Amino acid sequence: MTNNDDLAQNANLEPNPGEKKEMKTQTTPHSLADVASSREVKQPGTMPLGSGLEARGVHAWFGSKHALKDVTLDFAAGTVTALIGPSGCGKSTFLRTLNRMHEFIPTAALAGEVLLGGKDIYASGTDVTKIRLRIGMVFQKPNPFPSMTIGQNVLSGIKLAQLKVSNTDDLLEECLTRAGLWEEAKDRLNEHASSLSGGQQQRLCIARSLAVRPEVLLMDEPCSALDPGSTFRIEQTISELSQTMTIVIVTHNMQQAARVSDYSAFMLSDGGPGELIEVAPTTELFSRPRDKRTEDYVTGRFG
Amino acid sequence: MALSLVLLFVTGLNGKLGWVAAFFFSYVSVSFIAEYRRAGKPAAQDSLLTSISRFAIFLAIIPIASILATVISKGWRGLHWGLFTQDMSEATVNSPIQQGGMLAAIVGTLIMVGLALLFTLPIAILTALYLTEIKGKFARPIRFLVQAMSGVPSIVAGLFILSSIVYPVTGERSGLMGALALSILMIPTVARTAEEVLLLIPNDLREAGLALGATQWRTVAMVVVPAVKSGLVTAIILGVARVIGETAPILLVSGGGDATNVNPVSGPMGSIPFYVWNAFLLGGTEESTQRTWAGLLVLLLWVLILFTIARYISSRSQKR
Repeated sequence: MTNNDDLAQNANLEPNPGEKKEMKTQTTPHSLADVASSREVKQPGTMPLGSGLEARGVHAWFGSKHALKDVTLDFAAGTVTALIGPSGCGKSTFLRTLNRMHEFIPTAALAGEVLLGGKDIYASGTDVTKIRLRIGMVFQKPNPFPSMTIGQNVLSGIKLAQLKVSNTDDLLEECLTRAGLWEEAKDRLNEHASSLSGGQQQRLCIARSLAVRPEVLLMDEPCSALDPGSTFRIEQTISELSQTMTIVIVTHNMQQAARVSDYSAFMLSDGGPGELIEVAPTTELFSRPRDKRTEDYVTGRFG
Repeated sequence: MALSLVLLFVTGLNGKLGWVAAFFFSYVSVSFIAEYRRAGKPAAQDSLLTSISRFAIFLAIIPIASILATVISKGWRGLHWGLFTQDMSEATVNSPIQQGGMLAAIVGTLIMVGLALLFTLPIAILTALYLTEIKGKFARPIRFLVQAMSGVPSIVAGLFILSSIVYPVTGERSGLMGALALSILMIPTVARTAEEVLLLIPNDLREAGLALGATQWRTVAMVVVPAVKSGLVTAIILGVARVIGETAPILLVSGGGDATNVNPVSGPMGSIPFYVWNAFLLGGTEESTQRTWAGLLVLLLWVLILFTIARYISSRSQKR
């Protein structure tokens, strides 16, 4: 719905070609802010489910390259936070530090703390597999397991992490329903995942992440490889999921950030390591950015 | 065609080879000129390369086709049911072709290749997993070693087992020793092919597994390996095909042997290539020549069957 409103607004923005350039830089933030304010902003703490996540002074390196500098950011339970910023500003790197996928890359190093429910996930003696069970992740490219059927893909997390589930059929239906794929997939659970379209595959990946019942879901540009229709479906899914869990989404699409997120965080790298420039409720970040660089970015002057 | 005949006549090239060369030049130049007149220079260059590579394929197929044709035409008369039910313990290579058979050789080949497969599989697959999944500190030297090992001549593998195990330890040639020598040849082939197919798996899949709270071991076992199952089967079949025709190491460490022997740890054991070699070396009569060709045909059939199975398995799982 918000999608359509937004498109309509953009279409009305250009009264005559002569003023086009001028108008665009001035009105875009307002339109984004309008989109954002049409959402009901959730207050932290009002949601019963999900755990909050707090990043404390996170630095990241790849070899000797300092990729991320001193990021401190809170993700309140039950909120959707969008990480925005130009390419190479460390958004994805930051996202991957939040469930310890960062260390999967050889030569990667890290400093700082990430608190999940108040406990540091990097504390020594922490079982990294347990952390990743609680903090799920959806990747940029849909990556269903090719050797498994649709149904097996959804339940793969249960098998991979050796969890016990009493009724897998119910879990299957629940996860696919929450990911918005049940109606399309219920009659083809035994088909291979590759028979689905790209957008359906991405929703399958979301359903797969949900099956292990994470408290936090990290999404790394989940719609960047998808067409507008699939993007719309996934945004709907995100809104529904945010009722019960904390979501952090990296996106290059500011319209998307405005549509789905409660809070937005702007990150930037000036050639050196990426830094957090500003974080605010999404409406505020798009309408009254405090930092000049945020304003330049959200108004489309660069990036 | 006609032009090549003319060219043959004009240039004084002769024989079959001359005809092939003349045909090549006339075919290439005729198609080049025709294409040039029809569609201009770039298209003509394109057609030049196309016709050269067509010719290369033609040249590559000639030896394969003629080997197949020769072996089949000379071997099929030597085929009879006794070949698969009798061994050579009561016949010599010069006995009439109806006497004696390849039972000992076939059984020996099956046992030795089977055992070699048993030794090779875990070692080669785990090596490939170390190189692609664990990527440990020693990955680079090990990759180098595996590549170097795939060039080891088979007789070296045989001599190695002979001098390091047969003489100092067992003091006896046996099928087990043959299997060990074959394993040495098989491991690098299987490990390299397996590594290559594992490298084709996108990192996304591994990350997806890990992000679901799986350990690396379970991700590899449940996500990575099933995704390359057909590739691994191909790797295994290629390994088998690599060693099934080996003669030298068998000769050195398993001792050949004419009687059917199903005990791999004691007594000499024959093999199909050994049977062929034996018939060729000790014979000289029409019967022994007949045996040689029949043995070759049986060996070729085995290899053909193995490759067909491999192709079938990999194409079947690609379809899904």
